[in-house]
Amino acid sequence: MADTTVPYSTGDSKIGETTIGEMRELAARYPEGRSALLPMLHLVQSVEGRITPEGIEACAAVLGLTGAEVSAVATFYTMYKRRPVGDYHVGVCTNTLCAIMGGDLIFERLKEHLDVGNDETTEDGKITLEHLECNAACDYAPVMMVNWEFFDDMTPESATQLVDDLQAGNEVKSPRGATICTWKEAERVLAGFPDGRADEGPTGGKATLAGLRLARERNWTAPAGAQARTTDDSRKED
Amino acid sequence: MLTPVLSDNWDQIRSWQLASYQRSGGYDALRTALRMLPADVVTAVKDSGLRGRGGAGFPTGMKWSFIPQDNPKPKYLVVNADESEPGTCKDIPLMLASPHTLVEGVIISAYAIRANTAFIYVRGEVLHVIRRLQQAVVEAREAGFLGTNILGTGYDLDVIVHAGAGAYICGEETALLDSLEGRRGQPRLRPPFPAVAGLYGCPTVINNVESIASVPSIINNGADWFGSMGTEKSKGPTLYSLSGHVTRPGQYEAPMGITLRQLLELAGGIRDGHELKFWTPGGSSTPLLTAEHLDVPLDYEGVAGAGSLLGTKALQIFDETTCPVRATLRWTEFYKHESCGKCTPCREGTWWLVQILERLEAGQGDESDLEKLLDLSDNITGRSFCALADGATAPITSSIQHFKDDYLAHFTNGGCPFDPMLSTVFATAGATA
Ligand SMILES: Cc1cc2nc3c(=O)[nH]c(=O)nc-3n(C[C@H](O)[C@H](O)[C@H](O)COP(=O)(O)O)c2cc1C
Ligand code: SF4
Ligand code: FES
Repeated sequence: MADTTVPYSTGDSKIGETTIGEMRELAARYPEGRSALLPMLHLVQSVEGRITPEGIEACAAVLGLTGAEVSAVATFYTMYKRRPVGDYHVGVCTNTLCAIMGGDLIFERLKEHLDVGNDETTEDGKITLEHLECNAACDYAPVMMVNWEFFDDMTPESATQLVDDLQAGNEVKSPRGATICTWKEAERVLAGFPDGRADEGPTGGKATLAGLRLARERNWTAPAGAQARTTDDSRKED
Repeated sequence: MLTPVLSDNWDQIRSWQLASYQRSGGYDALRTALRMLPADVVTAVKDSGLRGRGGAGFPTGMKWSFIPQDNPKPKYLVVNADESEPGTCKDIPLMLASPHTLVEGVIISAYAIRANTAFIYVRGEVLHVIRRLQQAVVEAREAGFLGTNILGTGYDLDVIVHAGAGAYICGEETALLDSLEGRRGQPRLRPPFPAVAGLYGCPTVINNVESIASVPSIINNGADWFGSMGTEKSKGPTLYSLSGHVTRPGQYEAPMGITLRQLLELAGGIRDGHELKFWTPGGSSTPLLTAEHLDVPLDYEGVAGAGSLLGTKALQIFDETTCPVRATLRWTEFYKHESCGKCTPCREGTWWLVQILERLEAGQGDESDLEKLLDLSDNITGRSFCALADGATAPITSSIQHFKDDYLAHFTNGGCPFDPMLSTVFATAGATA
């Protein structure tokens, strides 16, 4: 985490007027412009596929900071990548609970299957594999993430199928999210530019609804309050 | 037994959309609150007994009352949606299923503390949750619940959804503020507390997602209603998250003070043919408990009485196939990775803890290493800048306390005596899938 080297330049930066304009737009959303730095770095990744020196300089110029100041921030956060990321960032949770439920074996299988190590990209540039810390989905362990969308209750078989589909360009849907877009497109949403896909996918998966389903089955409710509950049973999902 | 309040609309069609939320009574509480004086909203939340759901259990209404209203600076509300404590998985499904519950809570809470700008700081690694939050804020603005002159009351509020970038420490409230100011996320010295000098040096309230999402139900149904659930000092319904070796893992919303025995009954018990070995009551930073503690009331006092902490009510359940040394090592690696590096006991200490545990797991150690681990833990906990370091030692001290024999077995066995395959879900896939 303490590594603060500025990434190398390849001289083909795509940061131009449009991106700089969007950076200014982000800065204007906040009471103090510097608050937009994390979103701006997400925007850099959406354009460049990683954090580039040109991206860092653009952030610095827009916010009146030095490149070193921006670099120090960029290197602190795990989601900012200094090496190019593939079209699909594939994460396997190997924090304790997922690891024990099978995450370790899934990660081993994928490294072998894709012939890459942690934080490396396949030769075709499609997939970057990384092991993740807990992604707040432990009730669906073992958990994987593709471009930060959930893939629940995974097995080594479903995991290899998933990356095969991604590499083959087949349409892939998250069971609790949208159709998988590219990593760059996902980064743009994280920067604060919505892609209009919030309505895809369900309200939640089986584990999310486990307690509620049981409560419905057994007619358990919270005590009636000042305002009678207005839930309309005819509108239940599935 | 279960009391769905926050989760009550999660099975409605398109529950994340404004129209669906309003069909379930959404934004009625906002209308009620805007007819009250801000100070009366604070009083209602105080009287309800709501305690912060982010881990520490600080009374929410009291926190709000610390905001100095005679301070001429702007006031800010910041929602902590960083949810990264290992095991914790309640805020993310809440925001995915019903982002408007949070947004309505934000508007009422911001009104109560007289803030005109609020932030939802959400971890970056949850794309679809961020989409739904962004859309909910747009919908609320179009409906006149956000923006200027909200519902004709003269009250103005802007809400900004802000995605983080992957750093557990940013869940610590002062590190979160630094991160939100566009800096490295490192904790700040307190005092001053955020209520006095928080974001941009201005009075700031920081609350967990579940805390803020509970506010509309309190305004709708009254403080007494909220207090009619739960125990004497831990009030209200709350989300318990069961994960691991249980038959039906998931979210179970129950009154504070339910026991693990009761929750396991609801969740179909430990997976077939196995038995409970250990569990965390509230994430990996809370000392491990065992089958001995099945009847401990899961409220702040009950769990503290059992030598642990209620934390985030993240019940990670492990059966007898699990190696507690492997589990402890992995959590310790997590803390080492996430240590922000600001202070020495945590930065260096977590590194040493990993070194020793790695050796122990490989069977290359002896009993004196356990003493060394406890000694190191003692020098880290309470001597570091923030609570991350205390959390880092919790799995170590508690696993040595309860499972010393498992540690010793690594030495006699010359390595881990457990088969990692047996603890996986696919070991029993034939039976469950
Ligand atoms: C290392 C560390 C990580 C934390 N992570 C979170 C988190 O992800 N979400 C959260 O709400 N609180 C987290 N907290 C607790 C916050 O510092 C703070 O107490 C909480 O957000 C206050 O909200 P509440 O009073 O509503 O619980 C964390 C604390 C520490 C020390
Ligand atoms: S205890 Fe650890 S995480 Fe907290 S400030 Fe010190 S080094 Fe950073
Ligand atoms: S441990 Fe994997 S999602 Fe929590």
